[in-house]
Amino acid sequence: MPTFEQFKLPDAGEGLTEAEIVQWHVAVGDEVTVNQTIVEIETAKSLVELPSPYTGVVTELLVAEGDTVEVGVPIIVVDTDPTGEPSAPAPAAPAAEAPAAEGGGAVLVGYGVAEQASARRPRRAAAASAGPTAERPAPVAAPPARAPPAPAVAPARPAPSGPLRALVSAATAGRTVLAKPPVRKLARDLGVELASVPATGPGGIITREDVLAYNARSEPRTLATYAGDDSPWLNDAGTGSSVTPDGRQTRVPVKSVRKRTAEAMVQSAFTAPHVTEFHTVDVTKTMKLVAKLREDREFKDVRVTPLLITARALLLAVRRHPDINASWDEAAQEIVYKHYVNLGIAAATPRGLVVPNIKDAHRLDLKGLAQGLADLTATARAGRTSPADMSDGTITITNVGVFGIDTGTPILNPGEAAILAFGAIREQPWVHKGKIKKRWVTQLALSFDHRLVDGALGAYVLADVAKILEDPAQALVWG
Amino acid sequence: MNQQHTAPAADLAAEPAGGPLAASTDSGTTDTGATLPVDADLLQLLTPTGVRVETPENAAYRERVAHLDADALRGLYRDMVLTRRFDDESTSLQRQGELGLFPQALGQEAAQIGSGRALAPQDYVFPSYREHGVAYTRGVDVADILRQFRGIDHGGWDPDEHNFHLYTLVIGSHTLHATGYAMGVQRDGLVGTGDATKDTAVVTYFGDGATSQGDVSEALVFAAVNESPVVFFCQNNQWAISEPTTKQSRVPIHQRAHGFGIPSLRVDGNDVLACYAATAEALERAHSGGGPTFIEAYTYRMGAHTTSDDPTRYRTSEQEELWRRRDPIDRLRLLLEAEGAWDEQWAADLEAEGDALGERLRTFVRGLGRPSTESMFEHVYATEHAVVTAERRWFEEYEASFTDEGASRTHDQHGGAR
Repeated sequence: MPTFEQFKLPDAGEGLTEAEIVQWHVAVGDEVTVNQTIVEIETAKSLVELPSPYTGVVTELLVAEGDTVEVGVPIIVVDTDPTGEPSAPAPAAPAAEAPAAEGGGAVLVGYGVAEQASARRPRRAAAASAGPTAERPAPVAAPPARAPPAPAVAPARPAPSGPLRALVSAATAGRTVLAKPPVRKLARDLGVELASVPATGPGGIITREDVLAYNARSEPRTLATYAGDDSPWLNDAGTGSSVTPDGRQTRVPVKSVRKRTAEAMVQSAFTAPHVTEFHTVDVTKTMKLVAKLREDREFKDVRVTPLLITARALLLAVRRHPDINASWDEAAQEIVYKHYVNLGIAAATPRGLVVPNIKDAHRLDLKGLAQGLADLTATARAGRTSPADMSDGTITITNVGVFGIDTGTPILNPGEAAILAFGAIREQPWVHKGKIKKRWVTQLALSFDHRLVDGALGAYVLADVAKILEDPAQALVWG
Repeated sequence: MNQQHTAPAADLAAEPAGGPLAASTDSGTTDTGATLPVDADLLQLLTPTGVRVETPENAAYRERVAHLDADALRGLYRDMVLTRRFDDESTSLQRQGELGLFPQALGQEAAQIGSGRALAPQDYVFPSYREHGVAYTRGVDVADILRQFRGIDHGGWDPDEHNFHLYTLVIGSHTLHATGYAMGVQRDGLVGTGDATKDTAVVTYFGDGATSQGDVSEALVFAAVNESPVVFFCQNNQWAISEPTTKQSRVPIHQRAHGFGIPSLRVDGNDVLACYAATAEALERAHSGGGPTFIEAYTYRMGAHTTSDDPTRYRTSEQEELWRRRDPIDRLRLLLEAEGAWDEQWAADLEAEGDALGERLRTFVRGLGRPSTESMFEHVYATEHAVVTAERRWFEEYEASFTDEGASRTHDQHGGAR
């Protein structure tokens, strides 16, 4: 009979309380063996690979890549007896939960039963704790409900049997790698990705020789292109990269932040019809304001930059045109207007592009906004940006100017309707009061989702931002 | 008497010309830890490619391993393979949430098995916390080691049953215990009797980082002036957590012993034969009343410091690769193959034995359960103590103040643990 076992997120360090799921190495339907790596997690201390405690077939992944999960929460369900007959149309009792509920000998993961004890148990009423000699009462028939740690475990499904099961195997055969456990271990020890090894064994089984041959070929070797080079480019074990046999290319598996960035960008670019509008603006007065605020004692602890004024200008523009601060809900066929602004700031970090946002930025004054920006930047640079920091953004600024770039056509952060690109500020000849003068000039670009934002609305918003940057005093009128 | 052995250490430092590691081995930077000083004092009997080193200088050491026939060599191989299997399985068990912590001995198998197998039954060992291979040679059931790392036990075995003291997690303090024990052995008259079944030595295992502790210096002082029968076996695995040896010492660590008046030598710690021979020599000196010896086994911690550590943050993959090629197990296999002592059937059986050990460890650890919370009060003092009794009473009241049965369940579970 199918036996469903849960694997709960362990504490991979000493006293860590949570970890982020970086990458699943298995999918539903995959066969796993004991100690096979199933998932890569990132704790506060390090990246760690977790080995499976079970042999069987993966029936459920309970958490997604990118999720931050508390220690003790089940993350995967493995059917350790997939060939067994399903039990009689099981009364919907969730099999995986049953052993824990009984609290008996069927503890399958270490510390299994007591895991929920980490949640606070309700204290008894004062009377009960009055005397130390008070006997422990007999177990109450209906103990007070305790909320199990999220996510709730879906009721276990009986494993497909007979023809259905055959179908499932056929469907997964395409990506199932066939190799004996010692060969898998060898591949793992050598750092060889089994999926990319050509199989020569009977029935497509990867042999020991296949792995060794593949490994020999992918040994880093001198670049043929440039005589005298003694080490190949980008040969960094940390990225899992490998140099092609001819030594002229390096292939790096797409994962983690790069993978998430790619998925988000594709999703955004191919679901939301993008329109971008541009505006070149004289920001000389903003530069003067920035210089003045830097002298201001009240701002001595925070960094005042043109980006800060731009962020403030965008917040004011959103206040005047709240329709821009919205989102398209395809599933519900609704447009969602947000009553708050979580202002995203695109940041280049050592780990890649991340877009954390300043929560409820519309409530912050200039100094609060400056503090928010500083915190966000520091967290991103340290690589500590959490998924929560990046979720539920409503509108975003990307500061391409820091790279000396004039402007670009930004791609929307998924789930948002607009993104403002802020270009480099340069001294340029500019017609000012009828004469050509040296002025500080920059370019603004606003991309928006044309499903819910029309060209006119986009233009109003962009014009408002430009107006404030041109003359910050305008903020007094609109603020 | 000492430092007479001068096997060329060239093979350790030599790398294929023009190989990708050439830059790191030749760079001369001191902090990589990868650069092996070409030290004429390094005792090596087996190169990383499995070739026996035969020089006039190491003849005395070769003699000490001459009796190790094919069966004995296969035995050493088996010991190392099973030790590594224990290591791998325990690391997995930690990652599966079954252990709180685990320190790997990965890469140090030769130093531990070679020295451990040279011991006489009556010799007494004071280990630190990474000596799983030595524990195994002393007949400790390695599964019992995991009790401590699951946090349910302060030890796991009876030290006197195996003449193997409990693991000591305080760095270096046990070297003092070893010297003290050795001074006791002298007072028991168990040194220099000439009876091989009576003469007793003490061996203490510690790391390169521990040599920076005052305790180790004190232990060396007392051992030297009392001429105590103690062998200081330092596994220089090159990393004191994240600090390289170059930040621990300006001279090769074994040279420090000279200042205390203790003979010392440096041995290739990934060469099981050299470790065996060096330890045998030191034990002979101790047994016969010749006093202490300091052995520096030059090896490499191939894994993390513990499962809580991430070595990629402070060392390069090139360095790890360099030492992977000096693997202690691989080189003994190459020797066995070269000398016709390798047997495929035997190797397959050994792999099966390893799998069975892995299975046994998994089952054992998962069956350990949790200790009862009350047990934390039981071993604070040998006898009843008023403060502990009061704390225990408070704890029981506190536990009883909850409305559900969770606390009592913990106790029930403890029943079947042992």
